[in-house]
Amino acid sequence: MPPTENIAPDPDGASSTEASASGASASGTSTPAIEFKDVEKRFGTTTVLKNLNFTISPGERVALIGPSGSGKTTILRLIMTLEELTDGYIFIDGQPLTHTERNGRRVELPSKTTRAMTTRIGMVFQQFNLFPNMTVLENVIEAPIHVLKKSKDQAVQEARELLDKVGLAEKADEHPSRLSGGQQQRVAIARALAMSPEVLLLDEVTSALDPELVGDVLAVLRTIAETTDITMLLVTHEMQFAREVSDRVMMFDGGQVLEEGPPNQIFGAPRHERTRTFLSSVQ
Amino acid sequence: MTDNFTSLLDFLPQIGEGIQVTLILTLAGALGAMIIALVLGLSMTSTHAWLRIPARIIVEFFRGTSLLVQLFWLFYVLPLLGVELDPMSCGIGALALNYGAYSAEVVRSSILTVARGQWEAAIALSLSPARRMVRIIFPQAWALMIPSLATLLIQLLKGTAVVSFITLQDLTDKINQLRMSTNDTFFSFTVGLIIYFVIAWILQELMNLLERRATARLGRKRPNSRTERRLARRLARGEGGRHDADDTAAGKGVRP
Repeated sequence: MPPTENIAPDPDGASSTEASASGASASGTSTPAIEFKDVEKRFGTTTVLKNLNFTISPGERVALIGPSGSGKTTILRLIMTLEELTDGYIFIDGQPLTHTERNGRRVELPSKTTRAMTTRIGMVFQQFNLFPNMTVLENVIEAPIHVLKKSKDQAVQEARELLDKVGLAEKADEHPSRLSGGQQQRVAIARALAMSPEVLLLDEVTSALDPELVGDVLAVLRTIAETTDITMLLVTHEMQFAREVSDRVMMFDGGQVLEEGPPNQIFGAPRHERTRTFLSSVQ
Repeated sequence: MTDNFTSLLDFLPQIGEGIQVTLILTLAGALGAMIIALVLGLSMTSTHAWLRIPARIIVEFFRGTSLLVQLFWLFYVLPLLGVELDPMSCGIGALALNYGAYSAEVVRSSILTVARGQWEAAIALSLSPARRMVRIIFPQAWALMIPSLATLLIQLLKGTAVVSFITLQDLTDKINQLRMSTNDTFFSFTVGLIIYFVIAWILQELMNLLERRATARLGRKRPNSRTERRLARRLARGEGGRHDADDTAAGKGVRP
């Protein structure tokens, strides 16, 4: 039977199942920007996440901390659709990302629908992952032109503004290989922002950098946090930074949220012994 | 010996025709092989089994059967099935299929060698799979596949010699005629070797040029490139002063 989601009534009662969307976002405050519902992720026989449920409000900045292997990076990768969900659902702005429930069954959405959803999500990687076959400017304008269908002039103008914002306006025509790690990472941030994402995922963005280059990248992220209302999810080992920018800290252990709360509480008065040992091991 | 050279001179126009046939077979065969390699190589990287499996079977079949038998099949068997092709088309077809299968494997493995982070960054920017391949993955894979494709191109050139079995008068055939008219086996086949070598050398230089351009576009230098070796020699001789002028491979010459 061919897919019929265009006609079929939506059992979830969500306003729209299709993500082609008006683009205009962030409805009422009641709809979470991100929702995990009974999420499970297994790699082979290893269960990384099990029965994970949480919501993140629009504009919220959430730091995911925890020992390596606790599943925090997997959470970002699931949202960015870099990993396949084993079970459960993820909703972005109330709309299903990869799977939806129809007549009590879990159905995978068409890849085009999922891709339309991911345009609202941006990600910055530990290893920058700039495209080496393009200049800095071309890296930034590629997706706005070909995914958001912006005109080249507009994309270039916005890209130059963003590069200026991250302090690299004069590097626009360079190849990424001629930039330092810190500069590459700032270009990667500009590239993600050029898509005007509602959600920005930051995956250990300073871990691959020489210590003296970390500051510039964090400064850029601080500015973004202060001047925009993008929902941010960050996996980091920079506890000071997590404390500064986040509204909420989620401590993961073994694929579960061990505890969560405002940064002052988690860093100042953690309830769990494991959180305490983890924090003392990274600070 | 002088007799040999006069008969070689007399024979030059004929050898020229032979070279022409060999070059047409090489270039048309390589073009065909590249098209086949792209189609099959990309299909083999597909996530869809209905694309991947047939492509894999075709590649293994044409890699696993002899070029000469493929040629004979096109030339002698197809007419029995009612398809008559001229010898040139048979030659080009057999070379394209055989070397296309080998090159498909090169295309496939190079595409899969491109760093996983590049695929992930493309997904994170919501680029469509086609766009991702054309703009991000293939240009990087291209730089990786050129050295292997260059080797296959040289092998294809040498492989063209088998077409003399199906009445085509290529370079090998003409050299054989030269041998018969001079009665000097050593001389004729040595001339043949030299001509093949010169053609192969020119093709290799062209492929090196392509590789330099492809790697320069990635902002990298070709490892152990000629400019690099020249620079090393110059430094060893203690005249490092002008090396900036050689440093063009990496790009715009704007130093940070």
